[in-house]
Amino acid sequence: MIVGLTLILAAQLLGEALARATGVPVPGPVIGMALLLVFLVVRDRYARVAARLLPPPLVDGQLEGAGRGLLANLSLMFVPAGAGIVGRLDVLAVHGAALAVIVVVSTLTTLAATALTFVWVSRWMRSGEGA
Amino acid sequence: MTGDFAVWVYLSRTPLLWLTVTLVAYVVADRIATATNRHPLANPVLVAIALTAAVLEVTHTPYATYFEGAQFVHFLLGPATVALAFPLYEHRATVLRALAPMLAALLVGSVVALSSALTLGHLLGVPRAVIVSLAPKSVTTGVAMGIAQTLGGDPTLAAVLVMLTGMTGGILVTPLMNALRIRDMRARGFAAGLAAHGVGTARAFQVDVVAGAFAGIALGLNAFLTAMLAPIAVSFLR
Repeated sequence: MIVGLTLILAAQLLGEALARATGVPVPGPVIGMALLLVFLVVRDRYARVAARLLPPPLVDGQLEGAGRGLLANLSLMFVPAGAGIVGRLDVLAVHGAALAVIVVVSTLTTLAATALTFVWVSRWMRSGEGA
Repeated sequence: MTGDFAVWVYLSRTPLLWLTVTLVAYVVADRIATATNRHPLANPVLVAIALTAAVLEVTHTPYATYFEGAQFVHFLLGPATVALAFPLYEHRATVLRALAPMLAALLVGSVVALSSALTLGHLLGVPRAVIVSLAPKSVTTGVAMGIAQTLGGDPTLAAVLVMLTGMTGGILVTPLMNALRIRDMRARGFAAGLAAHGVGTARAFQVDVVAGAFAGIALGLNAFLTAMLAPIAVSFLR
């Protein structure tokens, strides 16, 4: 658990450092996610070398367990920031109604457009394969 | 009476109390969600935030005091984002097969999110500085605040709008997808992550692991694309 968590934190640290150093507009943790992905690919491609070199918790599934534990409670992690936002709702006061309309309509449109595009393109590709 | 008060004064100043309050609020919210069969309106993020905010309001606790305790939970957002690599890796075959639909949906979704917010803001007569803060509303908080600041908006307002968008998306995604008869979990998850960032991703994970994996990808890709597109989109505003 600790070894797995250490690797996850190290990936985030490296991600944050890279984001700051290069100035790319991607959050550090997202770069960390990409780095962890690279680690997983390399680890499984050279499984035998990895089993010999890496600490056992990184190869026996404990690392994945730590990740699953974090993701299972993703909702919880938005609570502190969200509670702070509630206190700042006054910034919405002046344009409150207009902003509420925009957020709801724009979010619905975005959800629908994204999902429909996904479904149409994947259907179109499948029909292309069948022909 | 004074004794009770002394205990309260002591406890309300330690991280322990507010960390516990956050966790209790979440456990209660999660129980409500489970009891209602994960009904979209019983979104645990929304319920837990409402409960926590109510406790803070009733006890007149400043947010800074609360955050001293809650920061331990808040901190985990970073590692949890990194951990999105696991479902992504586990479902890599499914993800790689869906590369073309994903990229198309990313481009369309990102452009629709930006243009719909800017157009509606313009039509409803919202001032430019507010519209600019509205532009990155579908992007994860940290990046959205950065985008708003760069473009001359208000980062705090941007953060509020990001959270509102997240909760709106988290609540509406399931009924909307059912109404549109979209049963493809990849498409549903991808849309949730793109339109409603981490809150949408959390919702997607509650519904389906594959949906969660796709939501995670969408969250990351859209943060990047919106940061690129927002300055261009805003330049169309007068």
